[in-house]
Amino acid sequence: MNILMQNEEIITKINQLLIEEIEIDEEQIRHEADLKKDLGIDSLDFVDLFVIIENHFGFKMKAEEMTDVKTLQDFYSYVIKRVNPN
Amino acid sequence: MTRVVITGMGIYSVIGKNLDEVKDSLYQGKSGIILDPVRKEMGFRSALTGMVERPQLKGILDRRMRIGMAVQGEYAYMATLEALKGAGIEQDFLDQHEVGILYGNDSSAVPVVESVDILREKKDTMMIGSGYIFQSMNSTVSMNLSVIFRLRGINFTIAGACASGSHAIGMGYLMIRQGLQDIIICGGAQEINPESTASFDALNAFSIRESEPTKASRPFDRDRDGLVPSGGAATVILESYDSAVKRGATILGEVMGYGFSSNGEHISLPNVEGPRRAMQMALKDSDMDAGEMDYINAHATSTLAGDSTEAQAIDDVFGKTKPLVSSTKSMTGHEMWMGGASEVIYSTLMMQNSFVAANINFDNPDEVTGRLNIARTTIHAEINAFLSNSFGFGGTNSALVFRKFSR
Repeated sequence: MNILMQNEEIITKINQLLIEEIEIDEEQIRHEADLKKDLGIDSLDFVDLFVIIENHFGFKMKAEEMTDVKTLQDFYSYVIKRVNPN
Repeated sequence: MTRVVITGMGIYSVIGKNLDEVKDSLYQGKSGIILDPVRKEMGFRSALTGMVERPQLKGILDRRMRIGMAVQGEYAYMATLEALKGAGIEQDFLDQHEVGILYGNDSSAVPVVESVDILREKKDTMMIGSGYIFQSMNSTVSMNLSVIFRLRGINFTIAGACASGSHAIGMGYLMIRQGLQDIIICGGAQEINPESTASFDALNAFSIRESEPTKASRPFDRDRDGLVPSGGAATVILESYDSAVKRGATILGEVMGYGFSSNGEHISLPNVEGPRRAMQMALKDSDMDAGEMDYINAHATSTLAGDSTEAQAIDDVFGKTKPLVSSTKSMTGHEMWMGGASEVIYSTLMMQNSFVAANINFDNPDEVTGRLNIARTTIHAEINAFLSNSFGFGGTNSALVFRKFSR
């Protein structure tokens, strides 16, 4: 997990996890998709995302950091920033 | 008082995963007991258990509906689907009417164990995820099914040890009879896994006849040496007579009476007086005589003390009329929280198909059980009315009386 991942690699991995673990329909995966309104990710799904992200990317998501995360692009950017802080 | 009838039944058990399979197993005297090598490795005194495969619900229910359900909830979903279908109740009807659920369940061990294991390893509750809380509560079955089927009526779980499923039907009957609900999904569910039965195995209460799994559960037999844990789920749709007529539903039987009592003595040792009072109360409530019962589905689990005290209680109440008696636990093992509901279904299937299922493995009576008219083999017989017993730890007792429906 401490090996730096390329951004595209991170995005691909997030998409794969959303499809396989949260069972989001692959056709709904778009950068501009709203996590709640378009993808139907509710507060309970976010709890599971905490577990999934830590298991696959090795860091703990914090609820307070998620307040501005509205779209899938926001989420990609958040994870990329946490994985590759520099 | 409103008459209460059965308009649907569904079963997912170790002797069959639907009504047809179960009816055939009951008729043939087929056992659902196996030896589970995992339990032996874990250090169980007895590795005997009833076993049924886990339903595959991926593709049938969405992720959110699945991840909050423990295995007994999955069994209960399958049983309830069959029961609602048989009752002719579709989702549109559930959306437009106040249908309730009263389900028996008294444990959910695996999600408790697994979530605490995660916490101990990760030292962070956030790593437990969202599903375990809804799986681990005793009300897991009623809470999940009420959401899946979008129910809008009464909604809670009955935890009454090994009489849970029977009390659930009894409580549903009382609520409908009082005019408080028209339709209630009643039933009982029981998880099958080592985690839920390890502490029970510690009581030396399980049969250790591991060399002959299908002969291990032998209620009333002189050489019985303990019960065999089992599980699954059973759903009965209870409905007011008026509602059933209005819907044009097929009536499968009528709930005539519910009797209950508490022994007020030992936490695990049974007595004669408590079960006797429950049976007498059920008969009184049904306004029927002991002589009108054609069949008694006994609680008898294959333990020395339990079968003996129940045999004495049955003899006290039915000694003069001697109805046919059998314990279907000889085939299913002890379905615990589920048993009170499943045994109503087993008995209703017998009533519909005019036979009494054998109390398999009843080779020799003992001094007390010899007083009963126990069905050693499958017996062709008209059953117009039956009584079903269920008893549990803490001395909780439930007896239910049913009969064929007639206007």
